[in-house]
Amino acid sequence: MAVLEVKNIRKSFGKNDVLRGISFSMEKGEVLVIIGSSGSGKTTLLRSLNFLETPDEGEIWVNGKKIFDAEPAPSPEPLEKVTGLRLGRYPDVRTAFRGKNRPESDAQLREKRLHFGMVFQNFNLFPQYTALQNITLAPRLASADVRAESAAIEAHGLELLERVGLADKVNAYPCELSGGQQQRVAIARALAMKPEILCFDEPTSALDPALTGEVLRVIRSLKSAEDGRTMIVVTHEMEFAAGVADRVIFMADGVIEEMGPPEEVFGNPKSEKTKAFLSAGTM
Amino acid sequence: MSFIDVNIQLLEGFRVTLLIFFATLAAAIPLGLVITFGSMSRFAPLRYLTRTFVWIIRGTPLMLQVMIVFFGPGLLFSLPPLPRLGAVLIAFIINYACYFSEIYRGGIESIPKGQYEAGQVLGMTKAQVFFRVVLFQVIKRIVPAMGNEVITLVKDTSLARVISVVELVKAAQDIVGLKSIIWPLFYIGAFYLVFSGILTVFFSKLEKKLNYYQG
Repeated sequence: MAVLEVKNIRKSFGKNDVLRGISFSMEKGEVLVIIGSSGSGKTTLLRSLNFLETPDEGEIWVNGKKIFDAEPAPSPEPLEKVTGLRLGRYPDVRTAFRGKNRPESDAQLREKRLHFGMVFQNFNLFPQYTALQNITLAPRLASADVRAESAAIEAHGLELLERVGLADKVNAYPCELSGGQQQRVAIARALAMKPEILCFDEPTSALDPALTGEVLRVIRSLKSAEDGRTMIVVTHEMEFAAGVADRVIFMADGVIEEMGPPEEVFGNPKSEKTKAFLSAGTM
Repeated sequence: MSFIDVNIQLLEGFRVTLLIFFATLAAAIPLGLVITFGSMSRFAPLRYLTRTFVWIIRGTPLMLQVMIVFFGPGLLFSLPPLPRLGAVLIAFIINYACYFSEIYRGGIESIPKGQYEAGQVLGMTKAQVFFRVVLFQVIKRIVPAMGNEVITLVKDTSLARVISVVELVKAAQDIVGLKSIIWPLFYIGAFYLVFSGILTVFFSKLEKKLNYYQG
């Protein structure tokens, strides 16, 4: 069974159609690399998976369960509009009058969100917390009994820091770390919530070339680990993409222009757009 | 009138000044946050209402507001008058809460969107993101502006005398008028200087303390 299935996702911002029907599926442990020029919709796709954007159309399934359905709903809040009542606190009333699959309560949304982890281009570490605190904050907040689980959360955090090669930076603040180190902490932070699918949004684009290697090495190590992680990586690092990907998607103008194993997409691209993109990149 | 007598009289005024100062801070700091939420609300009518209110409060003299709070209820609605000090406190608290709310808003809006998103994708609730991730960063950013405002408050307390609340300036002026001596005015000037000096040191210490991280 596919761990992730994306069906016909569409999203526009005003008149700008950013995603124009994206469908693909992924198996557990698969690494999917998405390439494409800026503005092709790669980032919006990742953000849609993480519920940072709400697609206008389409469905997202994880492990055979539908977690998102844009379902052309009649109108988002008819009852609230009609009556002028604020029904926000009564989700059951609200959902009864919204389309059956409208975003429900915040709690349900959060739960669905946790299927995915996200590593941002700009790291977005919390500057006031140390490396370890950055990693343990969310697990602590999610824990039902922090006191009992505190030690375990801490230990897991340390383990993750070690895994990204930063065991000696436990108590360092983000401002004391290099960009590459910050991004590695961000990866550990995303792993701490044990996401099924880890998304990387151009994880090395904000780094100078000398620092990209360490981050890419960590991502590669996640793939080769025994629990081989399911990952979606948006990147401009073609060499890395070719090395780490099980499958490559080339996106252009909001659609999947080409999809296949890296040898095919990079070695023998079928689409003219892919060819143009790849040759521009290698020049 | 001996130096000691003057001191005793001024001390009572100083007590009132301190009371206005601390009571205003204690109430306006949290109330300001409430006003901030109003002026940043996604519910447009509430947002406009709040912003209009803030505009009125920031756009008119505090002295006038003190007078309106004190005289207004009686002259407009024939209500019994408020205690003088109570009227002063109401006017001051509302006025400063509005100024604080704008400082808070500036601070909150200066936090990059990525901080919220990072919290959200980690499954935090909106409240957790605000209180555990954003708020502290906001505090760090607004400390200099708040310091400025708090030092202004020290001196604004003297406006209470417009409805005959005997704070430090009024106490000194009474002595000056009664005894025809000028030095109490300089003397209380030194009071204000020392007071704001202490606050300046406090805020710069606080800034340093929060400077353990950058960003």
